[in-house]
Amino acid sequence: MNAQILHQGRDISSVTKIFMAMALIALAALLPVFAKGFVLFQATQIMIFAIAILGLNLLVGFSGQLSLGHGAFFAVGAYAAAILMAQFELHYSLAIVAAGIITFVFGFLFGLPALRLEGVYLAMATFSLAVAMPQVIKLSILEHWTGGSQGIAIDKPQAPFGLSINEDQWLYLITLIATSVLYLVAKNITSSRTGLALLAVKENPVAARAMGVNESVYKTLAFGVSAGFNGIAGSLSAMAVQYIAPESFTFYLSAAILVGLVVGGVGWLPGAFFGALFVLLVPNLAESVSKGLSGAVYGSFLIALIFFMPSGLSTFRNFISYRLQRKSRHSL
Amino acid sequence: MELFLQQLVAGLSTGTIYACVALAVVMIYQAIGRVNFSQGEMAMLSTFAGWQMIEYGMPYWLAFPLTVVLSFVFGVLIERILIRPLRGAPALSLVIVFIGLLLIFNSVAGYIWSYTVKSFPTPFGTAPFLGSAWISQHQVGMMGTTLAILILLFLFFRFTRVGLAMRGAANNPESARLLGIRVWTMEGLGWGLAAAIGAVAGMLIAPIVFLEPNMMAGTLVYGFAGAVLGGLTSPGGAVLGGIIVGVMENLAGTFIPVIGGELKLTLALVTIVGVLVIRPQGLLGKKMVSRV
Repeated sequence: MNAQILHQGRDISSVTKIFMAMALIALAALLPVFAKGFVLFQATQIMIFAIAILGLNLLVGFSGQLSLGHGAFFAVGAYAAAILMAQFELHYSLAIVAAGIITFVFGFLFGLPALRLEGVYLAMATFSLAVAMPQVIKLSILEHWTGGSQGIAIDKPQAPFGLSINEDQWLYLITLIATSVLYLVAKNITSSRTGLALLAVKENPVAARAMGVNESVYKTLAFGVSAGFNGIAGSLSAMAVQYIAPESFTFYLSAAILVGLVVGGVGWLPGAFFGALFVLLVPNLAESVSKGLSGAVYGSFLIALIFFMPSGLSTFRNFISYRLQRKSRHSL
Repeated sequence: MELFLQQLVAGLSTGTIYACVALAVVMIYQAIGRVNFSQGEMAMLSTFAGWQMIEYGMPYWLAFPLTVVLSFVFGVLIERILIRPLRGAPALSLVIVFIGLLLIFNSVAGYIWSYTVKSFPTPFGTAPFLGSAWISQHQVGMMGTTLAILILLFLFFRFTRVGLAMRGAANNPESARLLGIRVWTMEGLGWGLAAAIGAVAGMLIAPIVFLEPNMMAGTLVYGFAGAVLGGLTSPGGAVLGGIIVGVMENLAGTFIPVIGGELKLTLALVTIVGVLVIRPQGLLGKKMVSRV
């Protein structure tokens, strides 16, 4: 089934696709010229969430594992970057990369024991990690670095080479670059040998093992990479908000990333952007109706999607590509 | 020594609550092979329902059984409406439905009853038990009630036809169906029972953790730790695991300075990961073997 999806993706010629992607990035890069302040901040946040959802999608959509605690990795990345910048005065660009690597290692080690077992254990372990995360950050042995419940304040990165753009605009551009690079990485992973091995593990673990695919290595690597994506998202988020505290990383962050994934479509990479848009904008709408109802809206969407549209927004994408295919066949 | 004994007894009493939650988790796992992540929020909703009845002036010992019965019906309905149609769906779909339910319940409880912390009455009183410094009347009452319920459940599963049918349906649905057991009805019953046990746990722990929409999040994680420690495939193990986790939590919170009183969830997390590394099947669980 997934092989079909991969082929459908190649209907529009790849040159056109690359051209469209470049145009999209160029267009996105122009946004700071028109948008200011809050709109720009929202746009930055959407891309940050898209990175996080992209990471979870690599895990869920391509290796078939489920994590309910990716918000915890988001937190690890945010804290890693904040500590490196505030206490070790590391340059922000290095801090972002370092946050990704540290979170990768953390995710790899955390996933190691649970991934040998049935999926339900990983789901329970990650759920518990997400619920416990605020308390873990507040542990007294870590307080020296994490600042306990006080949190850490950090500065926004300054634009280099005396560019005449403000900090918000520069952070938006950094996030855009990170998003583009990570999207490319995700795209390449999924269409490479590794991606095929992951799909094999997901669709039929026994057959995959028989073909010489080392199941646990691929699963754990996928978990680590997926965590690393969230770490980078976390580091960018820390810079965007300029302040991090344990209470920003509760279970509801993990739930929001999961909601975004399901809305966008499990196994469809561009869905991450639509998912992120949903996750960020819907609570605002729901809160304007009644305070505290965003959880109910999220939850109802999750259940409705599972019942009526299990592949999320990617359903539309399949529909459109099907129509395009028919059109091109008619014109021949 | 005095402090040690005091913490041991306190741990035993909260441990029985974790045992109940762990048992509810294991019961649903046995019935449908999935872990219900909304178990904690279901118990929280039940507790709020009980609180509302008491607020309306109903005596505690009328509100308590009524809440348990309502929760049972609630559990059966959830299974019937949301879980049964998803039979045969990928594991991921059900987990997402559970997370959806968790978000809805939490948000609805916050909407109706607000997120401000409320105190929950205890019928046992808060005075020290028989003048001892170790344990309060509520803790004794809590332990007594949960132990009584656990014993009743044991008798139910061991000696009644329905209990036997439920175990049969969970262990081997195919054969059970051939023997004329309505496997689906049994699964519904399992959900109802799990929700009822959760309601009991919620109402008994509420005077200690206080009533608010997020009250069960921590308890559910302890319940998970208990279930994993005892073995997801073993109801008896889940009860044992829950009690051990309760004792460990209290002793570690008192005697290990790093953990401290407020940050004990870390311990539950370490327990889960530790068990998965050292003995994945848990203390009393069956070892998982997959045929290749």
